[in-house]
Amino acid sequence: MSTDRIEKKILLRAPRSRVWRAIASPEEFGTWFGAKLEGAFEPGARVLGRITIKGYENVPMEIVIDRVEPEGLFSYRWHPYAVDPKVDYSSEPMTLVEFHLAEVPGGTELTVIESGFDGVPAARRAEAIKMNTGGWEAQLRNIERHVAA
Amino acid sequence: MSPRSGGSLARTAPVFAALGEDTRLAIVARLCSGGPQSIAHLTEGSDVTRQAVTKHLNVLADAGIVRGVRRGRERIWEIEPKRLDDASRWLEQLSKRWDDALGRLKRYVEGDA
Repeated sequence: MSTDRIEKKILLRAPRSRVWRAIASPEEFGTWFGAKLEGAFEPGARVLGRITIKGYENVPMEIVIDRVEPEGLFSYRWHPYAVDPKVDYSSEPMTLVEFHLAEVPGGTELTVIESGFDGVPAARRAEAIKMNTGGWEAQLRNIERHVAA
Repeated sequence: MSPRSGGSLARTAPVFAALGEDTRLAIVARLCSGGPQSIAHLTEGSDVTRQAVTKHLNVLADAGIVRGVRRGRERIWEIEPKRLDDASRWLEQLSKRWDDALGRLKRYVEGDA
């Protein structure tokens, strides 16, 4: 997996207009995403809301709408996984989430791309940990050696 | 974003907070590459005082990233691999969350198609 983006493709057996509505209407988006959002999905709009998923109830959520191209592309920026109330995410860079719709035989192909992780401290640290530590097996061998010494 | 991955994220967030400081990240890197060691060893060749390192180690211990084991008169500090492993799975968790959300979207739009 590339460190700077997550990409998902899924075939939805529903007409493109139906999929578009499910994604570009705040109410419908919230239904499957698991959030209650207030505001219109219009370019430049800041939409606030709360997560409704079990275990995350009432965690605030904020997305900034980027592009709205009917039945083609919907995109927004946000702080991914910004769920720790003790962390101030506002100074951190946001990632960009894009929903690309394409008509295909049998329904609609939806491609979701989330990009911009290289600027996100948590993601950078996750990578730093992976790269700097030389792997956990080596680390476990160190502990083993130490315990055995 | 299942409750399960949520729980693990909630545990991961303090890890990132604890690592969000250069000295602490350096201490963790040193424990990773050099293996378990005492504070005296950790401060060798560095400008950071013993006292400061102790403070940082306590923050790391509170986040579950390191643990101190008493050995004779001194305390030996070592990495808790499990917690750091969780943290390095951050992007994978995010990826998994999208899988979950898109699964819900699929059921949602296909249910009334």
